[in-house]
Amino acid sequence: MISIEVNGEKRTFKGFPFKRLIDVLRQDFGLMGTKEGCGEGECGACTVLVNGEPVNSCLIPVCQVEGTRIETVESLGRPASPNVLQKAFLEKGGSQCGICTPGMLMTAWAWVRGGGSDKPQAIRNVLAGNLCRCTGYQHIVNAVVQAVRDRKKIIRNPKSTIQNRKSK
Amino acid sequence: MVSVGKNVPRKEGPQKLCGLAKYIDDYDFKDCLYGVTFRSSIPHGLIKKISFDSDFPWQEYVIATAQDIPGPNVVALIENDQPLLADKKILHPMEPILLVSHPILQKAYAALEHIRVDYEELPAVLTLEESLSLEQVLYPPDNVFKKFQIQKGNVEAGFAQADFIVEGEYRVPHQEQTYIENNGVAAYVENGTIVVMGSMQCPYYVHKALKHIFNVPDEKLRIIQTTTGGGFGGKEEYPNMIAGHAALLALKSGRPVKMIYDRQEDMAATTKRHPAWIKHRTGVTKEGKLVAQEIEVVMDGGAYVTLSPVVLSRGTLHATGPYECPNVRVVSKTAATNTPPNGAFRGFGAPQTLFAAELHWEKIAEAVGLDSLTLRRLNVFKEGSQTATGQILGESVGASEVLERAVTRSRYISKRKEYSLWNRDKKKESWRGMGLALVHHGAGFTGSGEVYLASRAGVAFTNKGQVKVLAASTEIGQGTISMFAQIVADSLGIPYEWVVVVDPDTGQVPNSGPTVASRTCMVVGGLIQKATLQLKQELSRHISKKSSWSQEDLKEAARKMIPPPAGEAELAPSRRSAGGGMMEGQPEKKYIVEYEKPKEIQWDDKTYKGDAYAVYSYACAVVDLEVDKLTYEVKIHKITTAQDIGKAIHPLLAEGQIMGGTAQAVGYALYENVVMKNGVMQNAQLTNYIIPTFMDTPPMDIEIVEKPYSHGPFGAKGVGELPMDVPAPAIAAAIHHATGLWIPELPILPEKIFKVFFSSPLVGEGRVRGT
Repeated sequence: MISIEVNGEKRTFKGFPFKRLIDVLRQDFGLMGTKEGCGEGECGACTVLVNGEPVNSCLIPVCQVEGTRIETVESLGRPASPNVLQKAFLEKGGSQCGICTPGMLMTAWAWVRGGGSDKPQAIRNVLAGNLCRCTGYQHIVNAVVQAVRDRKKIIRNPKSTIQNRKSK
Repeated sequence: MVSVGKNVPRKEGPQKLCGLAKYIDDYDFKDCLYGVTFRSSIPHGLIKKISFDSDFPWQEYVIATAQDIPGPNVVALIENDQPLLADKKILHPMEPILLVSHPILQKAYAALEHIRVDYEELPAVLTLEESLSLEQVLYPPDNVFKKFQIQKGNVEAGFAQADFIVEGEYRVPHQEQTYIENNGVAAYVENGTIVVMGSMQCPYYVHKALKHIFNVPDEKLRIIQTTTGGGFGGKEEYPNMIAGHAALLALKSGRPVKMIYDRQEDMAATTKRHPAWIKHRTGVTKEGKLVAQEIEVVMDGGAYVTLSPVVLSRGTLHATGPYECPNVRVVSKTAATNTPPNGAFRGFGAPQTLFAAELHWEKIAEAVGLDSLTLRRLNVFKEGSQTATGQILGESVGASEVLERAVTRSRYISKRKEYSLWNRDKKKESWRGMGLALVHHGAGFTGSGEVYLASRAGVAFTNKGQVKVLAASTEIGQGTISMFAQIVADSLGIPYEWVVVVDPDTGQVPNSGPTVASRTCMVVGGLIQKATLQLKQELSRHISKKSSWSQEDLKEAARKMIPPPAGEAELAPSRRSAGGGMMEGQPEKKYIVEYEKPKEIQWDDKTYKGDAYAVYSYACAVVDLEVDKLTYEVKIHKITTAQDIGKAIHPLLAEGQIMGGTAQAVGYALYENVVMKNGVMQNAQLTNYIIPTFMDTPPMDIEIVEKPYSHGPFGAKGVGELPMDVPAPAIAAAIHHATGLWIPELPILPEKIFKVFFSSPLVGEGRVRGT
């Protein structure tokens, strides 16, 4: 039996220990937010956080994550209460077809939450393992820049609200 | 209340950002089988025998072959030449022969190892050279799927007036669409109706193809688009094939069948951009005026006709670039090879021919001794210009404007001088270059295409006072849903948030044509706007005049306009019932409008003369780059682009289209290299088919120019394909400026620059670093 913490909940898995983590998340735990793009660790669509670090869930057998803490896109905000990063993606046009978005968000979330810089070149570097074919990336970079800044504002002043930003 | 021109939140955005949007692989079907495809391993031959390993548990499997197809074994498109499953003849590697299904996906794949096909191999035609040599005839009589000719003025007389005649040959390769969600569908039979759900651009294309294959009436088929993870043309025609396969297995097994390709199968078996050769012969005066253009285009269609004739048509019609020339001849053809059929990919033939047309200006510039910017300014389309097909450009001609805006914003002229100086310094570790290109792109179907399509779209007004958009045009990331809602909201004068867009489901929406050809906003958006104005007129009769309507007003009007659903309520003027005629839900009144050609548009398919497109969008890109003198790697500093799209309904989404198209064109120009061997893509993986990453894609500076088009909703023209056309020739021109080398062939990989460099006389001039 393999025990994992998934999005803050204790979960156990009893099947084939070399089942890919992405399949366990989607098929056994019903977390369909994590997407498969290439199945070989190139596109990053399946990125989840393992103990806070972005990892391609298509490359990891589930036995390798025994005892770890896993976060998927479902751990972020919901449509009525998006988190600072999801909001920024929405406002800045960071998601088009949306298939790369869950993985993109998880890599970016590790950066934003970890207090990463708002320098576009640093953000490009950290997201380089996530492919997107729609956006040409710039709107994603803009979104992460905004999220880094907004999160810093919230940490400095927890009462500040970024709810009512006007779209231009 | 105005939403057009504003960046309203995209409708489906929150679902996508929370991992809740459902793509086809996210649907669960009870008792589902997984379907997989047994494909040919040879490029050309005859099937002699199919055998199944006798010690394999075939009783667990449902297998479908060509013999199970109820109707004709054909994927209906332009010509009915492509079989759904090959049964005698093999015309390309990866051609589907058999379908296998099992409740466990891994077991379905495992079975493919236990099927053997004995072939009688025939000599294969793998390249355009081999096809045109006619040693093997794949498509009688001459291996040519389609030919076109455009003729204007007298080309010979034009060359006689020329002071310079400049010739050039250009080659462009395959390109893989590389949407991040692979092709996938699910099929099941429900109350005698075949239902297919999946990732697709054109539900009614699938409807038409399956109607033929299964020999069923319209209403016995229902095609539903699920959230689609990118298309770029790669999900225009191919879903017909995979939907046919899944439906055939579903029909045979009586169970739902899911077919989702893995990346390797998707890349190796499905369509790609047509490779092409383009030859230019151009006559110019010493002042730089074009007097003759002679252009030859040859495209590789692959094994079956599929969409090649229309790809060729668009390529042919854009081959001259956006310039006026009195004497033009363009001849073009697309030929058959034993490779998987090439198909739709953003730009649809135009990126190929425009690459040649635009890079050719650098050659002309060298011959004439003027710079290519000056030459473009002299010849560019203006209002009143006449195109090669004799079309007079009456309105919305932003070519000069995008050219000047991009030149100014990028400081093209001063940076070009600066870089020329930089390149003289032998101690520098790189060469730097500035390159420019200018293109046009016709919006909507070519020629009479929109008339033949006779698209229908509109709105429904429900008895609860809700306004719904009815169209089969799909959201594939580009923003269809949000843009349609904006057009309806502003045409009616209600908030954007109130408008609902019905999912593309042939059981629910009329056939608004395919989601292709930069037509969704301009053509379908235009129909929806007209329908909305009909609704508005009727609402005005029931609601008193006010500056804006409240939801109560709309409910009140709905009570008057729509009788309660007692028995057989007359739900009038939906002029024809939509698709499968399975309207569900609350009573509503529909306003459906059919496309009508603006009367000033005239086109003759036989002579290829007239108004090839209703209107064109225009784009100019300036590329600022450097080439490393040691590794020959190209690093793009920045791309500046100005694009005239008539009106940006949603500026952020329009910018997203421009940036995404630009990035794909960066891949086309520098990285994306489909390696074919014996007709099969050798690098059918994201590991070695390289698309641009965050690090490869440069920062972009974008200006949207709005020269409104009178027949477009709020003045809008097309934006989807235009950005794909312009960066590649600008990159090649910038590499030419940087290195002095001619590389008329994509992709411009470092090894290609290296090779050209070391075979060029420049080496002798000491341009190698350190010499």
